[in-house]
Amino acid sequence: MTQVGGHTERVRQRTHEGFLRYKGFRWAQFATALCVLAIGAYFVTATRLGRPPSGNSWLGYTLGTVSAGLIVWLACLGVRKRWITDHHYSLKAWVSAHVYLGLSLVVLATLHTGFQFGWNIHTLAYVLMMLVIASGAVGIWAYATLPSQLSHNRGETTRKQMLESLEKLDQQIHDVAQPLDRHGAAIGRLSLELTEIGGGFWTRLTNRHGDCANRRALEQLRALPSSASARQAEALTKIEELMQQKAEVLALARRQMQITAMLEAWLFVHIPATFALLAALTAHIISVFAYW
Amino acid sequence: MSELYKIAIVGSGPAGMSAAAHAAKKGLSHVLLEKTDHLSDTIFRYQKGKHVMATPSVLVLRADCQFDAGKREKILAQWNEDTRTAGVNVKFKADVKSITGEQGAFTIELTRGEPVRAENIILAIGTQGNPNLMRCDGAGLPHVQYQLDDPGEYTDEHIFVIGSGDAGIENALGLAADAGQGNTVTIVNRSADFARAKKANVDNLMATRDSGRMTIMTETTPSLVEAGWITVDTPQGSSRYKCDRIIARMGASPPRKLVEACGVAFASDSPTAFPTLTPTFESTKPGIYVIGALAGYPLIKHCMNQGFDVVEYISGTDNLEPADEPLLKDKLKGLPGQRSVAEWLEFLRSRVEILNGLSPLQMREFLLDSEVRAYSPGDAIFIRNDQGSSLFGIAEGAVAVEVDPANPRITVPIGAGSIFGEVGLISGRRRGSTIRASEPTICVEIPRMAALKLMAQVPEARDTVNRITTERQVLQIFKSGLTPEDIKDVLAGAEVMEVRPGQAIINEGDVSDDLYIIRSGSMIVEKNLGGKPVFMSYVPAGSYSGEMAMIERTPRVATVKAAIRSQVVKLPAEPFRQLLERKPELAKRMRNEMQARREVNAFIEEQKEEFGGAVDMYSSVANFLIKQGIGEATDVLLIDESLCVGCDNCERACADSHDGLSRLNREAGTTFANIHVPTSCRHCEHPHCMSDCPPNAIRRGPDGEVFISDACIGCGNCQRACPYGVIQMDKPPPPKPSLFSWMLFGAGPGPGQPDYEWRKKAAKAGGAESPKLAIKCDMCSGKAGGPACVRACPTGAAIRVSPDAFLSVARIDKGAG
Repeated sequence: MTQVGGHTERVRQRTHEGFLRYKGFRWAQFATALCVLAIGAYFVTATRLGRPPSGNSWLGYTLGTVSAGLIVWLACLGVRKRWITDHHYSLKAWVSAHVYLGLSLVVLATLHTGFQFGWNIHTLAYVLMMLVIASGAVGIWAYATLPSQLSHNRGETTRKQMLESLEKLDQQIHDVAQPLDRHGAAIGRLSLELTEIGGGFWTRLTNRHGDCANRRALEQLRALPSSASARQAEALTKIEELMQQKAEVLALARRQMQITAMLEAWLFVHIPATFALLAALTAHIISVFAYW
Repeated sequence: MSELYKIAIVGSGPAGMSAAAHAAKKGLSHVLLEKTDHLSDTIFRYQKGKHVMATPSVLVLRADCQFDAGKREKILAQWNEDTRTAGVNVKFKADVKSITGEQGAFTIELTRGEPVRAENIILAIGTQGNPNLMRCDGAGLPHVQYQLDDPGEYTDEHIFVIGSGDAGIENALGLAADAGQGNTVTIVNRSADFARAKKANVDNLMATRDSGRMTIMTETTPSLVEAGWITVDTPQGSSRYKCDRIIARMGASPPRKLVEACGVAFASDSPTAFPTLTPTFESTKPGIYVIGALAGYPLIKHCMNQGFDVVEYISGTDNLEPADEPLLKDKLKGLPGQRSVAEWLEFLRSRVEILNGLSPLQMREFLLDSEVRAYSPGDAIFIRNDQGSSLFGIAEGAVAVEVDPANPRITVPIGAGSIFGEVGLISGRRRGSTIRASEPTICVEIPRMAALKLMAQVPEARDTVNRITTERQVLQIFKSGLTPEDIKDVLAGAEVMEVRPGQAIINEGDVSDDLYIIRSGSMIVEKNLGGKPVFMSYVPAGSYSGEMAMIERTPRVATVKAAIRSQVVKLPAEPFRQLLERKPELAKRMRNEMQARREVNAFIEEQKEEFGGAVDMYSSVANFLIKQGIGEATDVLLIDESLCVGCDNCERACADSHDGLSRLNREAGTTFANIHVPTSCRHCEHPHCMSDCPPNAIRRGPDGEVFISDACIGCGNCQRACPYGVIQMDKPPPPKPSLFSWMLFGAGPGPGQPDYEWRKKAAKAGGAESPKLAIKCDMCSGKAGGPACVRACPTGAAIRVSPDAFLSVARIDKGAG
């Protein structure tokens, strides 16, 4: 903040760069430097000791402390994101650091293990951490590639508009279906009453709507024998057109939900695994010091 | 012979009615003449259920009728009750034809019935009863009407609506709304676009046209009306159409003819001028008093107070303290000089040149909107790069303008009587230099709206401001130690021009050599490369264009056209060339700047040859943004959709920074390439929302943000005025439990705008119902961290930019992404 002539010139972020390239990959550089330093220290220590330094060497403790500190700090992103304060901070910078420092844990924590694995709480903490990092890596991929697909898919239609146009089509199907006989009306009702736009998370993520009521209604409609009454035939043609339109809007909305679900899916692993990791990490630290 | 009344009041609107009620209370013999069969026709004609406002809220109501903000029906009922209990003598269906005679014995001729005789007359006829009429032949035929009460009345007619304002558009839409009515509706607009109308109305109009239910004729004027037919002049020539009904909605103005026929003089020949009045509302014709909208006071409270006051004056009271006296007293207290309010008014009026033409009454009104301030030597009045659009007049003392930001000791003086701050007023840009008092100084600060009103009311004030503005702007743009004397010849031929959006001031290839200064708005420069217009640069207000052809006497190398409605000053080339000869320093400076511009052009041309796609992209993105109104934005939120993950954290941050309501809608808005313009305030140079805010609650803050203060009364004018749909009317939800109690215990709705259900429940529990107020982005005014939406974006997709920074060639390198 600088004081310019009488009033406070506030901090402005006008630079246009994504979280990965933030400040010319500042955090990538920092994380790389950290890793190189750790690996260097590890090999120097290993040659001196004549064997790989384990978790209870001075290097092991240092790496462990740094890693544990990092894990706790990385977990704080969830709070930072939701805590809207008045002072200057940049969530983009936090995310950038979160990504690169998170990735650096692969090196730091692995070195901390001294490559000693077993069926114990320590390795559990390590495995959980790697799971968190792996899901995070999926997240990086998702954040880097999916947004443009999302934008491309929706064009200028908002989610609300998609729902509104579905409602409008339903209303039209309802109106046009009035002169139909019982069988025809049942097909109309099938599309109107049983079509699910989204469904459960898994359905949304896979975008598999095999039993979509609208699709079934369309199939049944097309299978109907041609009608004797001209009025009925006209209504059926019109309904087929409307259901076809509805199918197109549904496809668009479902693809949108699929991409949105993909953008969220990794979090369903990342977040619970983080909490499990924090628990395992606590147990790991307590047990290490208890059996010291 | 009929009874001779002490007072005859013409018009029963708030002003006339209040006067009549007071006369009745005082027991004066009076008559209230009303053209229609009900009181207060203007309010009566408001649409059903309209909320009528009571502004300015600080003003005390002094009248025998009650008035408080509320529904039209409630207010009308209250007034009917008040006039009845006061015993007002009303004569309905009394349409005044002429007024003759002198004070003490006026005769009012009515279109129907006996003339009325009175000693004094109060004219309170407003302006609404006097719509602007069609001027072509046949305009007097009965199927030409100026009002449309119920569009549902007409079926199977060919109807022409004349006028491009909201009234005309709304009428046309109403007539075309129900296809079942079978009307063939055409709207006729004199100009090319519907610039005066609200965007929602225009969009609606275009949609109705596109669906084939209406015809729009632009740049068209009616030339002849015949029974069953209308002839119009279009750009393609004259044509005659079948026409059963013409609805002309071309605004209203004071019924000047009638008023002048009584012997009342107007302040000027301008169609917007008002009658000349004494402080007691007496016109130039003794015994005839003018109050209300006709006197230039459109607000109901003012009108009612004047009705009360004028009856006091007529009955001989000469020491009546005006209702606004305490307000003015309060405003002027603490200033040096121990002057009374009247003395202050006269002091300012006589000292400040642009105020000379105001009447004492107008001065009072003017000062209610303005501020008088005293400065000691060295005090900064405003600082360079401050946001501000007010105008200052120097009543006493002098100020020094620091013309060189690098060296504050180089100053130019401005003396008593003159004005400053006019560039900010006209261009809406930040202050160009710091101005300090150089001796003990008293200034009057006139907010933008009051200054515009002043310029509209007093032509001399407008001319003075325009003259000084052009002179100072030329000096400020070209600097180089020029003095007003140097540029006298250049300014002698200067011409102020209004430019429509998209209209070109310079065409590529033309042989012309004038220089243009952009006074307000902005321009875009385009050049034809490979058969396609390519966007070269963006020229904001306060810059110049056209110097290449002027200096080098070559044909124009590019087209310069307006991005938005703009005002430019055209400076003739020859005197300017002479100036350049006399001032080598200026010539050198301009050549340098020209060289820089040429390099930019050359760079784009070269890139175009090598990377045509990138330049086309840059050009089309720039054009898209200009179309989105970025040309008039000062700071706009853009979202890079190649980075946006749709987490809506920007909206949540916005809601959590502003009483729980988000002022931005990320998903709505338009997208081009990967640039998305969400529905969020752009903080326009000349904000549309500010144009009609009764309590003057919309202001510009120190960082350029346009914000709505607590004075908002929830009238919704700004929401309707905003062409970008970024203002919403809503009431803030009750406070939520803290973030940590949500995270740890799940209390409350969590971050972001609470859902409707939670708000309803919480509001019910909280008890008090709060009114809906206007809500819009304030750029997180007062928050040290800056706009929360940008801070809270996890991927860097949300950016805030100003157009001149964003529309720069630097973007070509990044593929305009």
